[in-house]
Amino acid sequence: MSIAAVAFYLFAFAAIASGLMVVASKNPVHSVLFLISAFISAAGLFVLMGAEYLAMVLVVVYVGAVAVLFLFVVMMLDVDFVEMKQGFLQYLPIGGAIAAIVVFELIMVVFVWAFPSDAELARAHPAPTAAQTVADPNGPTNIEALGLILYTDYVHYFQIAGMVLLVAMIGAIILTFRTREGIKKQDPAAQVGRKREEGYELVDIKPGQGLS
Amino acid sequence: MDIGLGHYLSVAAILFAIGMAGIFLNRKNVIVILMSIELMLLAVNINLVAFSQFLGDLVGQVFAFMVLTVAAAEAAVGLAILVAFFRNRGDIAVDDASLMKN
Repeated sequence: MSIAAVAFYLFAFAAIASGLMVVASKNPVHSVLFLISAFISAAGLFVLMGAEYLAMVLVVVYVGAVAVLFLFVVMMLDVDFVEMKQGFLQYLPIGGAIAAIVVFELIMVVFVWAFPSDAELARAHPAPTAAQTVADPNGPTNIEALGLILYTDYVHYFQIAGMVLLVAMIGAIILTFRTREGIKKQDPAAQVGRKREEGYELVDIKPGQGLS
Repeated sequence: MDIGLGHYLSVAAILFAIGMAGIFLNRKNVIVILMSIELMLLAVNINLVAFSQFLGDLVGQVFAFMVLTVAAAEAAVGLAILVAFFRNRGDIAVDDASLMKN
């Protein structure tokens, strides 16, 4: 077996085992950690396929942001997770059966997939441009080629992705934002709108009596 | 033995099925359900990148970016809803989250 094949089986088994543990683990914190492991294994698979940039983005976005977000929420919420594991065995037959059927069908699809001949492929993709040739040692690197098409042909998709992230950010802030009662807070409008009469009080004090 | 498109597609199919089974098995724990959805989206990404690589068309990777973006946004909004839900009710049991019904 070549080094690439060994690496493929390593990453594939790591990804599948981690995925199983995400689902089966009793403690959600362990689930999150196995999710991180699954993402790193998938990043390894991406590198094997030659999509280096996507692999690095996967590590940065998922391991750096999404998984930490999950970890944060799991640890912040004070929930009895043992009780939540009830019903796992009850649903195991139906869940396992459906998963087995889906795996069987998908893999069946994979192995009856008829790969087009070179002529058909050439008709479907007439003469790929320089930006679209993948993993040629003398051609552009993966990130260079991606940049060449992402910022030209697909710039609108790029901007829509930005809008999706903006909307998600605003939504998340609005959903979790709350104004608390009873905390001291500066109110500039009240400060500016204050009248002279409210600011001081004239008291007529008789000599020798003081204020009381 | 050469590693071809079928190998990558098989890995993605298995990961997708694991994610689907996770939704069935952890019906009470919405956090694990969200993680299962992330697994399924990861499997979809593996498929997109594999086809992009083996058919020699980079557009698949551009689309994988879109899936990645939507997955990140979905995780952020889902967890925000979860935090708000927990603040209102004191737990995150999804099977009795039926306020809209009555």
